[in-house]
Amino acid sequence: MAIEVDGKSYEVDEEGYLVNLDDWVPGIANVMSAEDDLELGDEHWDIINFLREYYQEYQIAPAVRVLTKAVGKKLGKEKGNSKYLYALFPYGPGKQACRYAGLPKPTGCI
Amino acid sequence: MSEDIKKFMYVNRRAPHGTIYAWESLEVVLIGAAFDQDVSVAFFDDGVYQLLKNQDTSDIETKNFSPTYAALGDYDVTKLYVEQESLEERGLTIDDLMDLKWEDEDEDWAEKDSIRVVSRAELSSVLDQQDVIFSF
Repeated sequence: MAIEVDGKSYEVDEEGYLVNLDDWVPGIANVMSAEDDLELGDEHWDIINFLREYYQEYQIAPAVRVLTKAVGKKLGKEKGNSKYLYALFPYGPGKQACRYAGLPKPTGCI
Repeated sequence: MSEDIKKFMYVNRRAPHGTIYAWESLEVVLIGAAFDQDVSVAFFDDGVYQLLKNQDTSDIETKNFSPTYAALGDYDVTKLYVEQESLEERGLTIDDLMDLKWEDEDEDWAEKDSIRVVSRAELSSVLDQQDVIFSF
């Protein structure tokens, strides 16, 4: 499977996750979110960028519980709760935001 | 939290790369951490190599997952027992290991050490206290 972004083709797995995370460009998130009928604003990008930084540092995508706690610490307490994150990413902040960020499915996501 | 919290210990005795055991163990620890149990992890024999700092796997073309150990604190896995004798037998000290910390929410996010170097006898008594032991 593959998705088309700006005339380039990127390989994704059967669940829609990018196969090679070094391939990631921001346009991939835009195309994936458009397929979900979601328009990405600054608040979405904060989370997507946060996830990419987390992966760079720890080599894993965080579980939702861990993401929630870490977002609260980094972006402010009012954002560190699952209600806020689910409002942004209705299919689940772990799965959906990680997919947009080009990361694998979160470890501990069952 | 419910009253039936069990003590889970994950035991690591193999070198990190070359087999899948160390990475599998780490993934199981991270997944298991979602279940609010009392989790600890032990490293002895060649398992102590898993915590070495400055690992570089580029020449063997495998994922260097060693940075992931630093995420254990975020998953509330804060007890990493390392056996003193295993370190000594390999010419290692705690300074050769990654400086792994966790933040104590109850003490205003104070940073605390996750690694506890213990003697073989101490480790054996910690193992004795466990309800469940997973060996990798």
